Amino acid sequence: MSDQATTLAPQFDDLAQQKESAIFGMWVFLVTEVMFFGGMFAGYTVYRYRFHEAFTAGSDHLNLLLGGVNTAVLILSSFTMAMAVHSAQLNRRRALIVFLVLTMLLGSTFLGIKVVEYSHKFHERLVPGPAFHFDGADPQHTQLFFSFYFAMTGFHALHMVIGVALLAIMTGFAWRGRFSAEYYNPIEVSGLYWHFVDIVWIFLFPLLYLVGHHG
Amino acid sequence: MATLVHLAFLAVLQQGLPIVPERASSVAKQIDYLYYFLTGVTLFFSALIFSLVFYFAVRYRQRHPDERPQPIHGSLGLELLWSAIPLGLTMVMFFWGAHLFYIVRTPPSDATQLYVVGKQWMWKIQHPEGQREINALHVPVGRPVKLTMTSEDVIHSFYIPAFRIKMDVLPGRYTELWFTATKAGTYHLFCAEYCGAKHSGMTGWVTVLEPADYEAWLSGAPAGESLEQAGARLFRQHNCHTCHEAGPTSRGPSLQEILGKQVRLASGETVVVDEGYLRESILQPNAKVVAGYESVMPTYQGQISEEGILQLIAYLKSLTRAERKAQP
Amino acid sequence: MNAAPPAANALPKVHYLNVDYGIRSWLFTIDHKRIALLYLGSITLFFVLGGLFATAIRLELLTPAGDLFESETYNKMFTMHGVVMIFFFLIPSIPATLGNFLVPMMIGARDLAFPRINLLSWYIYTLGGLFTLFAILSGGVDTGWTFYTPYSSTYSNTNVMATAVGVFILGFSSILTGFNFIITIHKMRAPGLTWFRLPLFIWAHYATSVIMILGTPVVAIAIALVGLERLFHIGIFNPALGGDPVLFQHLFWFYSHPAVYIMILPSMGVISEIVCCFSRKKIFGYSFVAFSSIAIALLGFLVWGHHMFVSSQSMYAGMVFSILSFLVAIPSAVKVFNWTATMYKGSVMYNAPMLYAMGFIGLFTMGGLTGLFLSTLATDVHLHDTYFVVAHFHYIMVGGALMGYLGGIHFWWPKISGRLYPEAWARFSALIIFVGFNLTFFPQFILGYLGMPRRYHAYPEEFQVLNVMSTAGASILAVGYAIPLIYLFWSLRYGPAAGPNPWQAKGLEWQASSPPPTHNFPETPVVTEEAYEYYPGAEADRV
Repeated sequence: MSDQATTLAPQFDDLAQQKESAIFGMWVFLVTEVMFFGGMFAGYTVYRYRFHEAFTAGSDHLNLLLGGVNTAVLILSSFTMAMAVHSAQLNRRRALIVFLVLTMLLGSTFLGIKVVEYSHKFHERLVPGPAFHFDGADPQHTQLFFSFYFAMTGFHALHMVIGVALLAIMTGFAWRGRFSAEYYNPIEVSGLYWHFVDIVWIFLFPLLYLVGHHG
Repeated sequence: MATLVHLAFLAVLQQGLPIVPERASSVAKQIDYLYYFLTGVTLFFSALIFSLVFYFAVRYRQRHPDERPQPIHGSLGLELLWSAIPLGLTMVMFFWGAHLFYIVRTPPSDATQLYVVGKQWMWKIQHPEGQREINALHVPVGRPVKLTMTSEDVIHSFYIPAFRIKMDVLPGRYTELWFTATKAGTYHLFCAEYCGAKHSGMTGWVTVLEPADYEAWLSGAPAGESLEQAGARLFRQHNCHTCHEAGPTSRGPSLQEILGKQVRLASGETVVVDEGYLRESILQPNAKVVAGYESVMPTYQGQISEEGILQLIAYLKSLTRAERKAQP
Repeated sequence: MNAAPPAANALPKVHYLNVDYGIRSWLFTIDHKRIALLYLGSITLFFVLGGLFATAIRLELLTPAGDLFESETYNKMFTMHGVVMIFFFLIPSIPATLGNFLVPMMIGARDLAFPRINLLSWYIYTLGGLFTLFAILSGGVDTGWTFYTPYSSTYSNTNVMATAVGVFILGFSSILTGFNFIITIHKMRAPGLTWFRLPLFIWAHYATSVIMILGTPVVAIAIALVGLERLFHIGIFNPALGGDPVLFQHLFWFYSHPAVYIMILPSMGVISEIVCCFSRKKIFGYSFVAFSSIAIALLGFLVWGHHMFVSSQSMYAGMVFSILSFLVAIPSAVKVFNWTATMYKGSVMYNAPMLYAMGFIGLFTMGGLTGLFLSTLATDVHLHDTYFVVAHFHYIMVGGALMGYLGGIHFWWPKISGRLYPEAWARFSALIIFVGFNLTFFPQFILGYLGMPRRYHAYPEEFQVLNVMSTAGASILAVGYAIPLIYLFWSLRYGPAAGPNPWQAKGLEWQASSPPPTHNFPETPVVTEEAYEYYPGAEADRV
């Protein structure tokens, strides 16, 4: 069990206040992330409306299978993350560690698949810049599509990397017995962050991958 | 304080230093009146607040350290009053300003069409009769003039203080400005959007001439071909006619009376053909292909300058009966 | 009439400044008060730097010809003046110094909710500052602080990337500060301190923090996209590659308009505190002032298009933004009236903080009203990008925000340092600043309507007289700013000890010693009265 005296920070009056502050803090932080990604979503939406055909043509070149697998991987990772929080609540240290590791593995799988996708794009000369080449009606605006694709999935991937690192730190703390049923704030807060990054992908996937495939 | 400064400036005015520029356009006076109203409101409330603050500070100054002023929580009535009055005044400002703005942004249909191309760091102006000017604009008194403008590089802004008008000039699209000059004279033209090293050098002179003098200038200035003639020449030079000749088997849509027409695109949407659409069709022909035609039109990017595009547009406008300009 | 001088009030034996010595105790502190002082030092340095750029600008503009600097150099001067003053001075100024110091104390807390994040925000600020300094020293940047595309994304060949990275990083400092305040104010108020008993300084910082967390990420992405465009030559804002330069303006102003409220709201909070203390009276219309702060924060997000009336934005969008811009002016007007009414039948003292506050009220009124010229569509067409705009925002930022900041520094100086500043010198410099300020910026209104555009290195001769007046004023203003720097430092050594409450002000911060101990209060205070209960015994008077 953790000692209250060692886990209560001096500015707080009690553990409840500390926990509430931490959770509230993560929600406020997530609001800033919504605004951050929101800016890109707004820009993407404007251009997609204006250059529908070019964007559709670009989207057709995204790998629906890999994107779909990644979506499944992330959803599964949110489940394992929720299980990690649950395990912490029930004071099951081993289960907590297992689920944290599973979540990290799934996250890394996601990142690995992204690397594969990006390298495909590189070989197909679909990375924006001087080397970009697209055989379509409107290559300029399709390049714009890919600019947004890389910017949005790139920032998302960056957030995933940070998430995996965060979970690695949490795993280390869990290994050293830092958490208990009374004190597992950091796990819960990390969970919120992880779920958010997952949700961003849930929006990214249809917007980027599904726009072109009329079924 | 505001009163003092105001008095100081009245004194300055006595010596002949102006506080408004010359009025040389049909909207200048109206905008100045709105400006005077705004100034009056500003000076009134500034003076009011300064005076009240000063008066209260003196009248209610602490006379001995044990004074105990009564707390006053507030007054709903006052709060409503001093919310309602500013709201009323600001709504007057809004409607007045919006009304004048509508006028400033709505060119009359019979305006003479000129074209402006801005680039770092100069203004290039083309008259329909063919005269070209650099950093100068000659216009007659009393006739509405519409400028269609674009930039070759960064964002600039076309500003004539004496006319009280301004509009940004953007790369990749057209913006419009219109005015009717009312007073002969020469007036500043400024670039009003920071555009790099010689932004403050991108200035010029607008010369407003009485109609007779303007005709003299027109015939005197080296012209060569008119804009329409230049456009017609480009049209043939680049073989546009081979696809766009009217007829059932032509590879491209007919361009007769094209401006203002509603066309259906291959994607299903409908657009109204304007200058911007024409420019886009020349530079990125496959972006918005008309329904029923294949996307076989080559791009002319790099082959035709912005001024060339404007000349082509002038020519295409001449194919439109409604746009036939009355000869001056 | 002065506040009664304190009786012999020696400094407490142990307080936050002397509890520990050495550079490590400062660089690794988690005490919000020390972090506030770290910020105070940094932002003062940046203010001086920004002021040097301003000096260069005003010197060049003494003559119509561009004879002091090359035009490229001048363009860097005004760009760097703007970037430094806005991002590294004004945005952090009050929140990171007075806010950090006072928010926990005013609510009876021992520290902010996340002290280490507070320290991190200073390190991030410093890192952003270093990037920007690097950009400045290695050639400068010339895009204007507004970074409009495609000039910034494609054409400029100055240090856009380094500056963009610096500002991007700085944004996180702002977000973390706002984030910390929101959690603290929600979760750590002392018992009995309900929302409507909070000092208005807290309401102002709460509203500011909401803007910080919602707006800053958007400018972060705007800047990031410009950076990506410069690095990889993608075409998001470049029309030659299919992009739209005006999209940048939307993304940029979506933050930068609310940003101006980040810069003014905290100052308004300071003014509420000062006016009440030096009128010895409760604020007139407490809930109206509190709600006005929130209204300004929220409405402020809806008006960004008023910077774009002539940008090719549609006429109808312009009308929507215009009417909303008028609406956001109303709560500010309400505040001005409430402050003035607070002085009515008060017991007014002329200490330096009050002089600054009174100056603020007048100058902010002028600045705010001149904003209406710019919300008005037809006049904005003429005035956009002229010196009228420059005058308007300097009236608010310098005549408003900066005077509030100076007033606040003076008001809380005894709490922060334990010493009194020399009152006569303080009043004298307040007056000099007021005179110098008006002489510098009032002529610019006239210049603007006459048509002098902004960011002009050389200008037509007929504008010279007004420019000379402006520069003359600036020289006076500079003196006005220099004097407090000197006497505030002097007072650290030679100022008389202040005692816990030299102004006999209300507010929990005045219950702690001056300077306070590290954890502010030996035990958490319990609040039983409204804010600004100066003389609760006196019969309340409902007008």
